[in-house]
Amino acid sequence: MEIITTEFFQRALIGGLLIGITAPLMGLFLVLRRLSMIGDTLAHVSIAGVALGFLINVFPIGVGLLFALAASFAIEKLRKAYKTYAELSIAIIMSGGVALASLLFTMGRGFNVNVSSYLFGSIYTLGNEDLLVIAIVTIIVLVAVKIHFKELFLLTFDEDAAAVNGLPVKYFNIMISILTALVISASIKIVGALLVSALLTIPAACSLIIARSFRQTIITVIVIAELAVIAGLVMAGVWNLAPGGTIVMLLICMLILLLLVKRGFKI
Amino acid sequence: MKKGENAVTIQTAACHRDIVTVENVSFSYEQQQVINGLNFSIKERDFVGLIGSNGAGKTTLLRMIVGLLKPEQGKISLFGEPVSRFKNWERIGYVPQKNSFNPLFPATVREVVLSGLYGRSKLFSRITKAEAAKAEDAMHAMSIEDLAGKRIGQLSGGQQQRVFLAKALINNPALLILDEPTVGIDAETQEGFFHMIRHMHQHHNITFLMVSHDMDWIRSYLGQEPVQMNGKLKFYVKHSHELEDCVENDLTHSLKDLRKSMDRRASFVV
Repeated sequence: MEIITTEFFQRALIGGLLIGITAPLMGLFLVLRRLSMIGDTLAHVSIAGVALGFLINVFPIGVGLLFALAASFAIEKLRKAYKTYAELSIAIIMSGGVALASLLFTMGRGFNVNVSSYLFGSIYTLGNEDLLVIAIVTIIVLVAVKIHFKELFLLTFDEDAAAVNGLPVKYFNIMISILTALVISASIKIVGALLVSALLTIPAACSLIIARSFRQTIITVIVIAELAVIAGLVMAGVWNLAPGGTIVMLLICMLILLLLVKRGFKI
Repeated sequence: MKKGENAVTIQTAACHRDIVTVENVSFSYEQQQVINGLNFSIKERDFVGLIGSNGAGKTTLLRMIVGLLKPEQGKISLFGEPVSRFKNWERIGYVPQKNSFNPLFPATVREVVLSGLYGRSKLFSRITKAEAAKAEDAMHAMSIEDLAGKRIGQLSGGQQQRVFLAKALINNPALLILDEPTVGIDAETQEGFFHMIRHMHQHHNITFLMVSHDMDWIRSYLGQEPVQMNGKLKFYVKHSHELEDCVENDLTHSLKDLRKSMDRRASFVV
């Protein structure tokens, strides 16, 4: 148990708690707009950015963020071109990101980059710099969502209605893309690019089962994600498990449990 | 109320303002011309019914009027201003086709109705108590106040339709645009819905533009013959001067009365 008092564990906990707010929050908006796969895609593309960052020796997470931003705009453009096959654009950009990442990582082999720490996360190696980035991202996301809660609700509920009400829909779509890219690049070191999507989508899946109102839904996604982060980190620390994987498995367990409970009540 | 009963003296004093003007508008999808050089206008308190087979361009026209689509040619104005420069979207209530929302969406009836208020002018301000009270009035007018806390997906089709109508009415709109409001609703509920629409047209200062498949109702209320055709689009119109009065009516006040006056007509109960 003494691992919990160590500095690297506490840093991991702080980072995890902050991401536990922002990731499910942005994820909820994506899920409700039927864009669940976007998180995965942006994460894969930002891995390519991280690889490039190592290659040219520039802050990897920062380059990853730029890549994620570029990808989110590309998806938005492609989404318009293939209106009824929106997921096609996501599949194309996701595989493109992975391809680019594998190329760049191979080129940078001499730099001895630890690829798996970005694919599966390495929350125990969070530095002060990383924590600062995560804290800033958290503040930006919370302020933006707080100010525009009403508009984000209407936009998510019915984009056409939002436009007819005179809302600048384009501006809000760009805002959601940027916030999502920010959250994803900040979470990569915590749960890893392969698992970011779980932190975005599973809390939303859980809350859709239990919450009645939109307000409840938002509270539920954050509570569920925080529970998983705290319990997952403690379990991983005590039993020496992979933290990212433990968090995601806990989320899935909660989802299954909720589904079973709901079924039980219905019968 | 039968047609003709209300044909008292005709005074059109306040009812000549142009609400919607469509000038020489054309639109096509991949070389298929749907709307071709359309000219028509809707005056204050007119009721326009739009009928046409699938692909006739009904929804296309509505989407152009509310600015979701740009006409390839021609010009559309709302309240005398071109759509692209129009800012007073609060004056328009829009009820989209029912299938445009996801029934699993986690929102209560109250949250949905209230979202009718979220427009450009409220971008950076909070919803005040007085504004929130409008949602209660709108729900009351549509007899859905008991459902306020329910998740929208749990409601029947007819109830959902009234939620969307309450959302559209919350801003006290001058123009109400309805896109096939009765699709997927059983006949009895449909009748109640049309009754309510007709009542609002006759007793409130609202101009209507409605796309519908319900030929019978359109013909019985708006007249047997279309006043205009364009391609496969047919326009049925009941002009404001056929109504008994044309006075300004404050709907915020009358939202409260709407339910009462409709309750007196026993047929409107769901």
